[in-house]
Amino acid sequence: MDAKILEKNLLELIRRTSSQLPRDVVEVIDKGWRKEKKDSSGKYALEVIRDNIGMAKDKSQPICQDTGAIICYADLPQWCDERLFVKAYEKAVVKATKIGYLRQNSVDSITGENSGTNLGPGNPTFHFHPVKGKSLTVKMMLKGGGSENMACQYSLPDNRIGAGRDLAGVRKCLLDATLNAQGKGCGPGILGVCIGGDRGSGYIAAKETLFRTLDDVNPDKRLAKLEKQILKEANSLGIGPMGFGGQTTLLGVKITHRNRVPASFFVSVAYMCWAFRRNGIVMSEGGKISRWLYES
Amino acid sequence: MLLEAPFTEKKIRALRVGDKVEITGLIYTGRDAVHKYLHDGGKSPVDLTDSIIYHCGPVVVKEKGKWVVKAAGPTTSIREEPYQGPLMEKFKIRAVIGKGGMGPKTLEYCQKVGAVYFHAIGGAAQVLAERVIEVPDVHMAEEFGSPEAIWEFRVERFPVVVTMDSHGKSLHEKVLAESTKNLSKLLG
Repeated sequence: MDAKILEKNLLELIRRTSSQLPRDVVEVIDKGWRKEKKDSSGKYALEVIRDNIGMAKDKSQPICQDTGAIICYADLPQWCDERLFVKAYEKAVVKATKIGYLRQNSVDSITGENSGTNLGPGNPTFHFHPVKGKSLTVKMMLKGGGSENMACQYSLPDNRIGAGRDLAGVRKCLLDATLNAQGKGCGPGILGVCIGGDRGSGYIAAKETLFRTLDDVNPDKRLAKLEKQILKEANSLGIGPMGFGGQTTLLGVKITHRNRVPASFFVSVAYMCWAFRRNGIVMSEGGKISRWLYES
Repeated sequence: MLLEAPFTEKKIRALRVGDKVEITGLIYTGRDAVHKYLHDGGKSPVDLTDSIIYHCGPVVVKEKGKWVVKAAGPTTSIREEPYQGPLMEKFKIRAVIGKGGMGPKTLEYCQKVGAVYFHAIGGAAQVLAERVIEVPDVHMAEEFGSPEAIWEFRVERFPVVVTMDSHGKSLHEKVLAESTKNLSKLLG
């Protein structure tokens, strides 16, 4: 593996992730825009959003100034050493920050000092999986603070919202989470949800499920039905784009599940904003990118 | 409608919730660190009388000796709720630009001081950056870091929507009340 080529590919992955929205997301935003009432504030918000998507792509600049937490998932084949990968990725991140694809977004939690490079304890976040095949797959997500702050976790039963330990209870959690995110999480948003797991694994799985495309169908029929129902119901609440009122409150709902211990029943919700920046590449040992995930 | 500097109380009091406004003039960015600092009695490095504060942590880089804004959308405003009203009063700040709206305390000060809340479209960093035509200066960048600094932005036709006015009206209160009602109907 040539570390220089890997670094170059990763820099291009960061550039595209920061400046271009995935095809599936753009399609749903367009659909929402067509639905909103003429001259309404909601339609106006989606108009600006659509202009912004086009402009960011043309100028190769961040869709949103909060380029967020840098989350990386990589399937590592045998030829790709984890330490070398991290090194190349970090170099690409520093470069991307200098160019302005990424904002200086890594702050020391004790001193408040900004590292200026996007590197620091836990930044970026890596999730590695060793794989048998020959290809290296790298997926990345940029998740802004506004959306991350809207993540929430319910422990069922929840008396406040009257949610019990079943799918009817989960439904109440998700509608409550949507109501609470209004205006704050840069809607229309997307819910990534995990039913079960522990407090940590639930949140991780909820975020991971956001790597599914908005137009796919959950293979679990029960969850597919729930996803559809929540999307429809959330969009009937009247929250609308940016919380200005309207019909487009959520762009999608993605639900997964993990087993739990008998005493716990967590519902973890990762909220994603409309600026849903995710992308991915499949790369050979020679450094050739054979596929861009999420592009048409 | 157009709103041009100077941002006088009279011009601001004329604005109503729902107005789509385009701002032209000099505005200042300020977010968490700046609000806390000023609230704790810190001295402002710029004169904030009749000013507009933009809740924004921009991406700014230096190109050929000049600051260039690469991305400049709004950040969530509610975090400044404890500070905003008192600061509006102390410094005669006439408006803030942000996203997500603010709470009853700020709304009360908007009435008292003669100030409004402008909602920019969250995440629309490029559309908004393009309306920043010049960056004359930056303050407190060393203390607070680039995203938290006070940036001077000269803007031209910067697009926002009035969602809280100086007459006690808030679009956020209205949508929250309606959507809460819709949800309880849905849950029966």
